[in-house]
Amino acid sequence: MRNRWRRFLSHLIVLLCGVSVLAALFPLALILFYVVAQGITSLNIGFFTRMPAPVGEPGGGMANSIVGSLIVVALGAVFAIPIGILSGVYASEYKGTRLAAVVRFAADTLNGVPSIVIGIFIYAVAVRPFRQFSALAGGLALGVMMIPLIMRTTEELLLLVPSTLREGALALGATRARAVLTVVLPAALPGIMTGILLALARIAGETAPLIFTALNNAYWSTDILQPVSTLTVQVWLYANGPYDDWRRQAWAGALVLVTIVLACSLLARFATARMERMHRGA
Amino acid sequence: MFAILLVVIVGAIGVELFRESRLSIHQFGWRFWQTDTWDPVASEFGARPFIWGTLYSSILALLISTPVALGIAIFISELAPHWAHRLLVFLTELLAAVPSIVYGVWGIFVLVPAVRQLEIATPAWMKSIPLFSGPPLGVGMLSAALILSVMVIPFTSSVAREVLKAVPQSQREAAYALGATRWEAIRMALFYARTGIVGAIMLGFGRALGETMAVTMVIGNNPQISWSLYAPQYTMAAVIANEFTEATGDLYLHALVEIGLVLFIITLIVNVISRLFIWSMAQQRRPPRRRTIPQEAA
Repeated sequence: MRNRWRRFLSHLIVLLCGVSVLAALFPLALILFYVVAQGITSLNIGFFTRMPAPVGEPGGGMANSIVGSLIVVALGAVFAIPIGILSGVYASEYKGTRLAAVVRFAADTLNGVPSIVIGIFIYAVAVRPFRQFSALAGGLALGVMMIPLIMRTTEELLLLVPSTLREGALALGATRARAVLTVVLPAALPGIMTGILLALARIAGETAPLIFTALNNAYWSTDILQPVSTLTVQVWLYANGPYDDWRRQAWAGALVLVTIVLACSLLARFATARMERMHRGA
Repeated sequence: MFAILLVVIVGAIGVELFRESRLSIHQFGWRFWQTDTWDPVASEFGARPFIWGTLYSSILALLISTPVALGIAIFISELAPHWAHRLLVFLTELLAAVPSIVYGVWGIFVLVPAVRQLEIATPAWMKSIPLFSGPPLGVGMLSAALILSVMVIPFTSSVAREVLKAVPQSQREAAYALGATRWEAIRMALFYARTGIVGAIMLGFGRALGETMAVTMVIGNNPQISWSLYAPQYTMAAVIANEFTEATGDLYLHALVEIGLVLFIITLIVNVISRLFIWSMAQQRRPPRRRTIPQEAA
């Protein structure tokens, strides 16, 4: 009797675990379905090539916001990639030291800071002193969010590089810096690139840190010292608006964002799978 | 040198937020967190409703997401066949990769109308319970908690999965050898990993506290303290996102930054505690490492 109950309970829990997987995948499926179904009907060439139409006029696109997003994300990447990789190298090269532990802790902390707070921070250091919202400030905000992501991937991948490689370089008389730069780092580079790709995908979908750094701009602008419209902030504006046309634009924008994220994730996954196969083959 | 920059940034965030909120701190002191009136026109700022909204929505989200997230972690690490393993990991990661704003758009146009239907269908006897009182608006605490819980699941489940992976296989084998059923072996693994699992839940909590866009779009943005799930409320992150660019006057701005400062401090504490839990789990006596050929390890 008791054993029957135990077996029943065990089956029940296994079943519940399965149900919880479905419970999480169901909203994912719903979101993807709605974004694709609603987005595809509103998406056309004009969305990518035209400027926003005046209220009440049908059509129009988000050309300026798409370009703005590209600018802001690129600025963030330029700012974050060198810092992220170099701090990652530091944390893995000096892994036993107290400073490395502090840096790792700071990265994890920064990763947990709400993005809206990072927005305020950049507003305080890069917007207020110059009395000017700008694409550059938006890029800085995204960069600050990207640094810990890139740092942790770099660090983890460098630790995976076999120590024999490094020892080989050192045995041949290379200095430590040279061994890292010419042997260890290149060995980990494909993985780091994948990490950067994922970080870019995540950053491209951020809205909160841009609201009061890059602000928004109803016109075409590629000046990094001027406010710029971004896809995410524009979608926010449209989704909150009262017009049917705006709603359609918001869905189309959401579809573009999801496509970017999905493409990056799939690309990264294939790259990782290929690398693993290469390693196994070696 | 660059590595130190990270530490500097974290420090600078705290300092700048403090500097930019000093007016409000001086003017209101503790009263800021003890009063409920948020009236920018009269320059009266009381932030208690925002703290309430943030904590209430995050705790509700945790209540919904924790069992689901743990179920997923157990399923992936203990039960799933090998081929399904990768697919499920990928799909749950995708849940984390969907941008917050997309959750928000979906929330406004799909979830909120659905919740409104649910609220209209609420039987009268249920409406007399404070938890379900109020007009059926759709936007409000219930929508916010639902969308938050979906967004938090991947974070909690991926850490819980990692933690379960760290449980030595010998523990499970020992349980099975003693005649344990599957669930009894899993329960043993969960017990072994308990500190890490608490850490995983805390990490999800930290995420929920700071989540901005999706919550802003569905919670209704009304500063009031209410137990009702149907009532539109407001969170700390949402008020900053909505009002920062429209804040006229230094005091208003400083009041918003003070909310940001406290949000920063709360998430910092929650994150540090969760890291400590996860870290102490990792420090537990590890099994002797299996010898591996270097290529395999790479």
